[in-house]
Amino acid sequence: MSLLEIKNLTAKLADEDKQILNGLNLTVEKGQVAAIMGPNGSGKSTLSYVLAGREDYEVTDGEALLDGENILDLSPDERAAKGLFLAFQYPIEIPGVGQMTFLKAAVNAQRRKNGLDDMPTPEFMKLVNGRAKELGISPDMLRRSVNVGFSGGEKKRNESLQMALLQPKLAILDETDSGLDIDALKIVADGVNAMRSPDRGFVVITHYQRLLDYIKPDVVHVLSAGRIIKSGGAELALELEANGYADIVGKAA
Amino acid sequence: MPAVQETVEQVRAIDVDQYKYGFSTEIEMELAPKGLSEDIVRYISARKNEPAWMLEWRLDAYRRWLTMREPDWARVDYPQIDFQDMYYYAAPKSNAAPKSLDEIDPAILETYKKLGIPLREQEILAGVAPENRIAVDAVFDSVSVVTTFKEELKKSGVIFSSISEALHEHPELVKQYIGSVVPTTDNYYATLNAAVFSDGSFVYIPPGVRCPMELSTYFRINEQKTGQFERTLIIADKGSYVSYLEGCTAPMRDENQLHAAVVELIAHDDAEIKYSTVQNWYPGDSQGKGGIYNFVTKRGDCRGARSKISWTQVETGSAITWKYPSCILRGDDSQGEFYSIAVSNGAQQVDSGTKMIHLGKNTRSRIISKGISAGRSQNTYRGLVSAHRRATNAKNFTNCDSLLIGNACGAHTVPYIESKTASAVFEHEATTSKVSEDQMFYCMQRGLTQEEAIALIVNGFVKDVLQQLPMEFMVEAQKLIAISLEGSVG
Ligand SMILES: Nc1ncnc2c1ncn2[C@@H]1O[C@H](COP(=O)(O)OP(=O)(O)OP(=O)(O)O)[C@@H](O)[C@H]1O
Ligand SMILES: [Mg+2]
Repeated sequence: MSLLEIKNLTAKLADEDKQILNGLNLTVEKGQVAAIMGPNGSGKSTLSYVLAGREDYEVTDGEALLDGENILDLSPDERAAKGLFLAFQYPIEIPGVGQMTFLKAAVNAQRRKNGLDDMPTPEFMKLVNGRAKELGISPDMLRRSVNVGFSGGEKKRNESLQMALLQPKLAILDETDSGLDIDALKIVADGVNAMRSPDRGFVVITHYQRLLDYIKPDVVHVLSAGRIIKSGGAELALELEANGYADIVGKAA
Repeated sequence: MPAVQETVEQVRAIDVDQYKYGFSTEIEMELAPKGLSEDIVRYISARKNEPAWMLEWRLDAYRRWLTMREPDWARVDYPQIDFQDMYYYAAPKSNAAPKSLDEIDPAILETYKKLGIPLREQEILAGVAPENRIAVDAVFDSVSVVTTFKEELKKSGVIFSSISEALHEHPELVKQYIGSVVPTTDNYYATLNAAVFSDGSFVYIPPGVRCPMELSTYFRINEQKTGQFERTLIIADKGSYVSYLEGCTAPMRDENQLHAAVVELIAHDDAEIKYSTVQNWYPGDSQGKGGIYNFVTKRGDCRGARSKISWTQVETGSAITWKYPSCILRGDDSQGEFYSIAVSNGAQQVDSGTKMIHLGKNTRSRIISKGISAGRSQNTYRGLVSAHRRATNAKNFTNCDSLLIGNACGAHTVPYIESKTASAVFEHEATTSKVSEDQMFYCMQRGLTQEEAIALIVNGFVKDVLQQLPMEFMVEAQKLIAISLEGSVG
């Protein structure tokens, strides 16, 4: 069974007559890293939001199966507990809510939904401190409010930290590379590589080959006007880097 | 995070209309005849066997009240109150002045137990470390039914009793201080209170004494069509310290009930009073039917040099809240603080804030107000900071933040500033924000339910103020806030 199977997914803005996803088909296998590239405004973030269950979008047709189960009727938190994780293109600030509080609330909320007891605090602390260190996140950042006053790159690293703690089945990384400096890019990529495993999958949304140099994708998909218009191996990304989207988009139209 | 989890569990455990203190107790009551007149004032005074001067004081207030008009400047809206259509005195019949717990009607003990306030000292002593003990004065409708740990407190010279009892045992103290901070002429509701107040708490901390435990009063309105008019008087003599907490609940009833209390605090030289309130009167149903009108006058007088009074309030209940706990900074180098969380949901109306009146030199005040509005509620912060000519180097810092949940509610900030000295430094910051869909989605994407997400975000918003509450009440208040906001989204 595929990890993620999206069939004919069609979605529009909930309170406007604007269709963004137009019968999108995509399969991600277990153990796979799938890269999604595509022009600005083609619907990449929308796809990730629709999969995660954001209310601004209305699915008008199609389905999305995670481990064989249609997730489109589930609430966002239920999808999260089933192992779907989204690293946001623009992470959200939550003033007054400490990072530790937030991380612990997230970890335990998911554990509870999966019938596990809360993680004991010492174990949790150890886990966070360990992962934070690996990702170059300072103890000071862990003491601050969620994403408040973080630089662009710090926010992205923070998303990686959350992913590492939540150990999702399917992680969607929406332009996690943008805003990262060269060293941070490598650190975050190492984090992903370390998490690669036979039953986990990644959808990596990016504009740049640079990230894919570090995270070698198994497949590359091109998304344009709300559909996947071309798929190929890692070499497709290099081709796009060299020639841009014009050719493929033209052909697909 | 355990607090968030507890909050959510608490929220789930609630059945109807979220208010879990809405039960009423079947108990035989003695009521004064309905309505208000000089005879009623005499009746109340007689029931309490008061000295003649107290009756005169009351009658004087009553006569003055007759000439006064209800204030209409607050941003609250309610039908005319019929002052003749309620009872001004309601006391459990069984035993008006019980000498010991054994004489108290078991139904009352049961009521407080249900509210989570054990009154039997043995029960309190069982699981609680001495430093965490809390002495409670339990006021049921118009009378104080019991005050715990009185004897133990007496050992350190602390007087903690009902005000009726204090009138008999320490008349000189009561006479000296009552009305000295909130005069009988102060305002419509305070004047009414002076005429008809039935009971409340009295605290006196002798010079140099640090009160060995938290003191608290728990107010319960039970009887229908009854107003509650309690009066609390706390005196901290030179160099003393006391931390006091007030809690309150009422049954769910269709009618509106009036609660018009007066609280007076006096801090002498180097004394400190920390007064915390967790106000959870019945707020009415989601359509705005029923609920308490909470029209309260609370004022602290930093009478001595270097004295300090700090108000912390968590306001979640009442259909209408009209209250401005204030500090008169009379002593040089005295300090006033006001920390407030005011939550409104459904059809609740809140008009609350503080007054910091700087009279002495080098006086400092600090105001941190967090208003959270949800549903169709209206939430107003109204505050005055003033400096007298003599109040050189007065300093105030004010921060008012409003958080909106949903689109149908309102938040308003009305700060007044008056300074008659050029050396005063008043700073004012205000923000209004919304719980955004982005924040909700972000939290839920990480696995939190909608309720957990709201609780987390709101607790973050009010954290600065929650931290001011005594430890034991922080978690309680956190839960209460989340419960009050239940049903505010989705
Ligand atoms: N909530 C929204 N309201 C209005 N328009 C929206 C909304 N969400 C998406 N869109 C529109 O849908 C289209 C797809 O947007 P989306 O953010 O998915 O693009 P993207 O492929 O992620 O682009 P980028 O590479 O710039 O991140 C765009 O035209 C965008 O303006
Ligand atoms: Mg995007």
